[in-house]
Amino acid sequence: MSGHSTYEPKTAFERWLDVRLPIIRMAHDTAIDFPTPKNLNYWWTFGGILAVCLVIQIVTGLVLAMHYVANAGLAFNSVEHIMRDVNHGWMIRYIHANGASMFFLAVYVHIARGLYYGSYKAPREILWLLGCVIYLLMMATAFMGYVLPWGQMSYYGAVVITNLFSAFDRLIPGVGTAITTWLWGGFAVDNATLNRFFSLHYLLPFMIAGVVGLHIWALHVPGNNNPTGVDVKSKEDTVPFHPYYTVKDAFAILVFLLLFSWFVFFAPEALGHADNQVPANPLVTPIHIVPEWYFLPFYAILRAVPDKLIGVLLMFSAIAMLFLLPWLDTSKVRSMRYRPMARWFFLIFIAATLGLGWCGGKLPDDVVIAVGRDAVSGEPTGFTVVMLSRVLAAYYFAYFLLVLPLLGLFERTLAVPETISTPVLPKGGASMPSGATASPEKKG
Amino acid sequence: MAETAHETHGEDPHRRDFIHIAAMATGAVGVAATAWPFIDQMNPSGDTLALASIEQDISKVTPGQQLVVLWRGKPVFVRHRTPAEIAAAVKDDHADMRDPATDASRTKPGKQEWLILIGVCTHLGCVPSFGTGDYGGWFCPCHGSVYDTAGRIRKGPAPKNLELPDYEFTGPTKVKIG
Repeated sequence: MSGHSTYEPKTAFERWLDVRLPIIRMAHDTAIDFPTPKNLNYWWTFGGILAVCLVIQIVTGLVLAMHYVANAGLAFNSVEHIMRDVNHGWMIRYIHANGASMFFLAVYVHIARGLYYGSYKAPREILWLLGCVIYLLMMATAFMGYVLPWGQMSYYGAVVITNLFSAFDRLIPGVGTAITTWLWGGFAVDNATLNRFFSLHYLLPFMIAGVVGLHIWALHVPGNNNPTGVDVKSKEDTVPFHPYYTVKDAFAILVFLLLFSWFVFFAPEALGHADNQVPANPLVTPIHIVPEWYFLPFYAILRAVPDKLIGVLLMFSAIAMLFLLPWLDTSKVRSMRYRPMARWFFLIFIAATLGLGWCGGKLPDDVVIAVGRDAVSGEPTGFTVVMLSRVLAAYYFAYFLLVLPLLGLFERTLAVPETISTPVLPKGGASMPSGATASPEKKG
Repeated sequence: MAETAHETHGEDPHRRDFIHIAAMATGAVGVAATAWPFIDQMNPSGDTLALASIEQDISKVTPGQQLVVLWRGKPVFVRHRTPAEIAAAVKDDHADMRDPATDASRTKPGKQEWLILIGVCTHLGCVPSFGTGDYGGWFCPCHGSVYDTAGRIRKGPAPKNLELPDYEFTGPTKVKIG
């Protein structure tokens, strides 16, 4: 932890404990007296929101596991049993199912925050990489969790995702098939697959919790980045975490929980798919299969390529880009607040990613911009979803591989303030009493 | 003895390296040998492998009909093809294809009307439906692969033709799959 501890044990018990297991000291240094930049905005509250999401998922998941049966013949009905018969089961399951969506919503905001304010740059590369690992674990967990209700979407989701690995047959014949057979524990997605997915779905959240511990540890060495991207220069640039950010985070968490509750109580199936109300049937594939909304951009990239292996590799590379990011962005300026061009490229990047998500939910041959009509069928022809996906996917990769590496070399950045306090206070806040934010009269 | 050991050590440092390498190698083999059962347990179990073949009566499948049976957890299409379907497939035998194959190579000699396929799209494993795509064969709803009346890939992202299971006719109207 940065700086040394200001914890002073107050009771005899605390003194006794402190020399044996300084756990109260650790909590104090992490969440009470941790010096935090005084200018963090609401984009910085999503870390706390994500911690709450993880706890909600673990607690509700633990309870659901008491009633769920991981067996291909019984799983679907056990979920119905939870929904209809278990006391409050409907609510707990809806919290868990919508909680996954809320978790991803929050993590995407959190990642976008990091992208905009350059939170991945030195000395926070490891912090960023650990975040990427958490994101990967989240995707694996969410995917396996979605399989458990054993509806049609669950089943074909599992079929399609596990079959991604069969693409490797083109590199070394037989290897892809061997991997899928190993993942399935059979020759198709079946009971063995469901069982192991349940086991792993139970395990992974605890691995996420472990990596979150490392993530917070890595955060507390360099300390928080902030909207200016300027390093903390003095004690005047910081405020103690408690009460300033405990209160700010708590407020943001409550607002977020309002949205969460709206989904749970008023639109619990809005983010789900009707086909998952039909029990899994290995003989019939639903007409239009789509993943959950949070995977749609990657799904669009997969479908943008007519070649199976290249599609799969591109989809995995889309995530690999995040891991490489700290070494792709060459700009010395962290925050895009002072990077007028990067800011536009970033906004287009966000739009392109959202656009890919939209494409992922459509059929590949749907027409986006009609140019004419097919002579035979009379159907509109023109610019299709798959073409749009190609354009957007090209920008997605160009942002990481061309824009960020080159822009850092050519961009004329704005003047970066000397300290965090300079932009708001004429004298940089040097005369402020320590531990106080800008006084109300100066904040206007 | 102690003196000798000490001298040996001093004189021949390679001897100590050898012991290190040997110990590490033995340890690595031990770790791999221990890990293997925990990896291999995920492969198909004995009872899954035991369900490897099924026998199916096909006497009720009239021309133009298709029977779908579950074999090793996967759908198998048993299609009784019409002469028109066979003709369409034979006509395209030398067309430009991603995974070239003649119609004859996809059926048993003298049983050309019976096309028996694993009903799993070679792209990402969905079940194609018959009659909706171009080429008069199967269409996969997931990512739009199109197969012809011999189950050969003609359009879309799938890399291979629909797979043929091992099967044999055990009687005029009986087929053993697997």
